[in-house]
Amino acid sequence: MENHRCNGDGKESFKPPPEIKFTKLFVNGQFVDSVSGKTFETVNPATSEVIAKVAEGVEADIDLAVKAAREAFDHGRWPRMSGFERGRIMSKFADLIEQNIDELAALDSVDAGKLLASGKTVDIPHCLHILRYYAGAADKIHGETLKLAGEYQGYTLLEPIGVVGHIIPWNYPSTMFLMKSSPALAAGCTMVVKPAEQTPLSALFYAHLAKQAGIPDGVINVVNGFGATAGAALCSHMDVDAISFTGSTETGRLVMEAAAKSNLKTVSLELGGKSPLIIFDDADVDMAGEICVAGSRVYVQEGIYDEFVRKAAESAKSWVVGDPFDPNVQQGPQVDKTQFERVLSYIELGKTEGATLLTGGRRCGDKGYYIEPTIFTDVKEEMRIAQEEIFGPVMSLMKFKTIEEAIEKANATRYGLAAGIVTKDLNTANRVTRSVRAGTIWINCYFAFDPGCPFGGYKMSGFGRDLGMHAINKYLQVKSVVTPLHSSPWL
Amino acid sequence: MAARWITSSLLSRSRSASSRALAYSLFRKDGSASGIFRRFSIAAAIEEPISPPVQVKYSQLLINGKFVDSASGKTFPTLDPRSGEVIAQVAEGDTEDVNRAVIAARKAFDEGPWPRMTAYERSRILNRFADLIEKHNDEIAALETWDNGKPFEQAAQIEIPMLARLMRYYAGWADKIHGLVVPADGPHHVQVLHEPIGVAGQIIPWNFPLLMYAWKVGPALACGNTIVLKTAEQTPLSALYVSKLFLEAGLPEGVLNVISGFGPTAGAALASHMDVDKLAFTGSTSTGKIVLELAARSNLKPVTLELGGKSPMIIMDDADIDQAVELAHFALFFNQGQCCCAGSRTFVHEHVYDEFIEKAKARALKRVVGDPFIKGVEQGPQIDEEQFSKILHYIKSGVEDGATLVTGGTRAGTKGYYIQPTIFADVQDGMKIAQEEIFGPVQSILKFKDLNEVIQRSNKTRYGLAAGVFTNNLQTANTLMRALRVGSVWINCFDVFDAAIPFGGYKMSGQGREKGIDSLKNYLQIKAVVTPLNNPAWL
Repeated sequence: MENHRCNGDGKESFKPPPEIKFTKLFVNGQFVDSVSGKTFETVNPATSEVIAKVAEGVEADIDLAVKAAREAFDHGRWPRMSGFERGRIMSKFADLIEQNIDELAALDSVDAGKLLASGKTVDIPHCLHILRYYAGAADKIHGETLKLAGEYQGYTLLEPIGVVGHIIPWNYPSTMFLMKSSPALAAGCTMVVKPAEQTPLSALFYAHLAKQAGIPDGVINVVNGFGATAGAALCSHMDVDAISFTGSTETGRLVMEAAAKSNLKTVSLELGGKSPLIIFDDADVDMAGEICVAGSRVYVQEGIYDEFVRKAAESAKSWVVGDPFDPNVQQGPQVDKTQFERVLSYIELGKTEGATLLTGGRRCGDKGYYIEPTIFTDVKEEMRIAQEEIFGPVMSLMKFKTIEEAIEKANATRYGLAAGIVTKDLNTANRVTRSVRAGTIWINCYFAFDPGCPFGGYKMSGFGRDLGMHAINKYLQVKSVVTPLHSSPWL
Repeated sequence: MAARWITSSLLSRSRSASSRALAYSLFRKDGSASGIFRRFSIAAAIEEPISPPVQVKYSQLLINGKFVDSASGKTFPTLDPRSGEVIAQVAEGDTEDVNRAVIAARKAFDEGPWPRMTAYERSRILNRFADLIEKHNDEIAALETWDNGKPFEQAAQIEIPMLARLMRYYAGWADKIHGLVVPADGPHHVQVLHEPIGVAGQIIPWNFPLLMYAWKVGPALACGNTIVLKTAEQTPLSALYVSKLFLEAGLPEGVLNVISGFGPTAGAALASHMDVDKLAFTGSTSTGKIVLELAARSNLKPVTLELGGKSPMIIMDDADIDQAVELAHFALFFNQGQCCCAGSRTFVHEHVYDEFIEKAKARALKRVVGDPFIKGVEQGPQIDEEQFSKILHYIKSGVEDGATLVTGGTRAGTKGYYIQPTIFADVQDGMKIAQEEIFGPVQSILKFKDLNEVIQRSNKTRYGLAAGVFTNNLQTANTLMRALRVGSVWINCFDVFDAAIPFGGYKMSGQGREKGIDSLKNYLQIKAVVTPLNNPAWL
């Protein structure tokens, strides 16, 4: 604790919080109150203070939003424009985001505890990149002409799937909003977005900018609210054609169940993970140390284990935790009280289960939801801290001897979202890459996201992929067209 | 001729359902089709050329990011096709200039930032260039019309917006050039890298100077290559102007070099160059042969060729005749007939032949010929004296061979290179006008009886660029679209060009495809990377 610059007491705010312009629901191009008139509070995790009261959408509001999206899809311009025209409007949307980058980064910072500096220089530019990637993809959605076995002319048409529901989490409010909405927009879909109740503010701002850019009313609707009410209504809705969800595995199960019980809408799920980071003896230990901040299960080969443990502890202690508006800070607060308490309870659990607390383990300061970077050693596969998603700054360090053992341990989980490999050996890298059952493998890097690179999970980390051209497929129907041929000179 | 005081049917053409894409581009500026086309005297319009609303700012060569004189100091005049008068003296590139440009392009490729920046950054520069094109649309269009003679409205409302559209299209491809990971028959990991091919030499024609520029430059730059572009000696001006805008958009120096000059000198030097990795040529079939030969004799650089055509327009007896007449007219006369894919053999079913001839004649008589800067003019002058004489020679040969001259047949006015819209009927397959590319406003109409016959006759040519098919019968359409040995088939439409639609020829109309995803292949090397897998989880 004494090694940390933990200024999470809220005394030292580097910038006044931004003016909150939008707090209502965005339905059919208008900001409207919820049908019930109810609101809920959104809280600044750095201070535990209320930022704003936000309109609370429930089933009735989802109905209105779906109706608007349905109308925009069935009779509106958006699916009927050329892909190029949609791409032009999306490019303009990106330009507007770029012009408002400071305000958007500040909103995520105050609402989600995101670091302001990295919001401006990394997160929002990454969002722009995603949106521009899909703007350029809108006129590159190709069907195929088919070689058929008989005397038939066959081809496929890729058509927008219709009204899409997006349910997005609070960890990357801006990135998630654009990662979900951009490919759906490119495909020509209309949508209802339910942002996380913790972080509704930037989503509303994006909706406002989308309208300014010329995206027709009803194409993007944003309904703030809670999973059990608004989220459930969206998943169960008979007029929603597809649902794309990012969040926890337990909620993902509910989403899929609701789809199954209603209209069998197609579902894509990007869920939790317990991603292994496997560090081999030949690794560059400094690089491994930098990368390991991201891994929740870190497997270190025995030859460098002791050295690695020492460096990881040093690195965790020098990690700067504090006000996310401070450009020097590396770690802000957890998003809310629930998450904060959940992470602390996992730390207690780790101790009870017999893991060794190497460093950290406590809250930081006495205000806000800050937690010390925490490392456990002597963790066993069967411990809950090694099996369950903690979603906080808690790393479990484990030792392994052979490549076979590392592969087995890495796969000993219900999850399969991502994995990291740190090694200089090409054969090791190739073998582990193919052996680990996970949707993304980072070799000598971590969190190397790119708009062109698909992301999603194996096993209970979900199905479907976000990003890349793969993501567009989630928002398309395939129509096969077949007609007989007479006297064709070739088949 | 002078009695033909007529109103344009540009309007009605654009309203035909099947040319919706074109109509969209034509009227996107004002969002409506409410242009008023006033009557005017063709003779007057031709005799007194309107002063173009643009200055010639750039007439030197563009090498390594700078406008420079040619090594020899020589220049050549570029002429106004409306009058034959000199617009400007332009630096004349020759072998030494091509060498300098290739050195610049080589350096920009081997050491420069362009292939090394992220595809996203490249796409941002291409998009910024498109923004600048839109900003200077009318100025660029005026320059294009002045140098080429094409109607200003066509340049300003179709071609320059299409240039921007093409650049945005390729900007979108830049970060989506994906290779495959390939399953091997054994424990090997195989990945395919798509790498830029290097220095691309590009030789473009005069009929659509900036569209040809976009078809060549767009995919080459999206893929991360550097370029030496040789423009046509008839139309060097617009490429220089827009390339300056490219530099403004952030294109690094040396990435795009533009050489004005002639085929036998600058063009041949580029095609023969040992440090040029790829050559793309659009032009005549005879020159295409020389280009391919020079590539073969030098460093075996791969070549794409987009050459001539003698494209059939097939009008079945169940077609909507009015629509077919309009589109067949458009297919041939568009751009003064100077299109490689012009529908220059109009095959009409015998049941509708007489009606078609009558209506085609009426339509040709209504065609507005005049100074291309005048609003409503559909047809300007031919590009130059050589083409003008060649076309008149073909008209003479048609008459001598016994085809029926339905309308037109002579020059229009007394100054510049204007030719009357000309129609021949009863054209036979063996006549020169049915076999050779005329590249002018001369429509040849041929009669046919049945489907098999027209398929056979349509394919009986060394060319295979495009075809038009007019029928409402689905089966006929399906049969024709597969039977015709051509690179583009337009069914109940013609000349529908979009950035995403591949274009190119079968047979002696060329090699390779431009536009669309297929065009990227022209500018990529494919590298297979193979490494053994030890004890992999799966293969």
